[in-house]
Amino acid sequence: MEFTEKHVEGLKDLLYRMADDLLILGHRNSEWTGLGPILEEDIAFSSMAQDKVGQSLALYEILHELGESDPDTVAFTRNDFQFHNCQMVEFPIGEYDFSLVRHFFYDHADALRFEALTETVFEPLQMVAKKFKGEIKYHTMHANSWLKQLANGSEESKIRMQQSINELFPHALGMFEPSNFEQELMESGLFIGEAALQQRWLDTVVPLLESYGYTVPTDAAPLFGGRKGVHTEYLQPLLDEMTEVFRIDPSAEW
Amino acid sequence: MKIVSLDPRVTRENIDAETLEGELQPLDHFETYEVFEQRKRGTHHVHVGNVHAPSHELAMVFAKEQYTRRGQCVNLWVVRTSDIFVTEYMDSDIFETTATKKYREPDAYKVIDRINAFKAREAAKNA
Repeated sequence: MEFTEKHVEGLKDLLYRMADDLLILGHRNSEWTGLGPILEEDIAFSSMAQDKVGQSLALYEILHELGESDPDTVAFTRNDFQFHNCQMVEFPIGEYDFSLVRHFFYDHADALRFEALTETVFEPLQMVAKKFKGEIKYHTMHANSWLKQLANGSEESKIRMQQSINELFPHALGMFEPSNFEQELMESGLFIGEAALQQRWLDTVVPLLESYGYTVPTDAAPLFGGRKGVHTEYLQPLLDEMTEVFRIDPSAEW
Repeated sequence: MKIVSLDPRVTRENIDAETLEGELQPLDHFETYEVFEQRKRGTHHVHVGNVHAPSHELAMVFAKEQYTRRGQCVNLWVVRTSDIFVTEYMDSDIFETTATKKYREPDAYKVIDRINAFKAREAAKNA
């Protein structure tokens, strides 16, 4: 079918959501570098943070081909209200349980989103989705192993993890905030839509959490806003820090 | 006394220096797992190092990131280090004796002359 302007707008919005989530969470998770609980985990978590920034670059490059500014400009010169990331990814890293649960919630959504996009009619995105399949599979394996481990670690580890699950669940649902282009994305075969994605995500994470022995909050209401540029007080300071070096000389060649 | 570190984040934690002393408890360190990597299907797994981990699942997750990032790998084994049985170096003389037992090695048998003679006979027959 012919793409109208609204289809392209919807596609760009989808790409910005994904790329901004990855950039912001990648940056957040990299704050653990050097502070991870043990050396092996420090390396693994840092490496996955790097993967996320790399994935965001691939998506910003597609956006560039669609007429948006180049990746560096897009990543380093926008203010918080211009970012389409969900609020969950911008919160400070907190304690390790918080970061692990966020990683579990986010990476399962990321895996399912990319999996759905291996069937998008937009070929460049289909290629990227296929390219990162193995990388993302490892991220979910890592998250699953830790959630299982800490459910059976000590009484303290289980309580901490459960508290982070309860705290983050409404924010996790916020990942699936509908866009203004749901209809266009679905009818054109560009994307399955946020509602369908959320259902796939629930069908994946709820049985996993229950099998590890956690309780899943049933009365959680999604916390929206991020996708429309409404952010918490934590995003702008993150952007200021992330762009500190870039801003010294925006025209510098790296 | 509080811990004062060059990393301000550590100093901010206000950790008592005294509480860090004393013997290590079993949970203070994870046990180690040995990692074996297979480069190609059908070849032998080769020992590449070890990782600290609380379970074999996490050992696998860590091993992937520590040892396979830059190379080709199709398969990993992890084995709890304590499940590997080893000889003592003081007993390494048990390996030395084999060098003097030439007759145990296939090339010790002087059959090559007979094989060559056989080949020559066959060649003559077919000529």
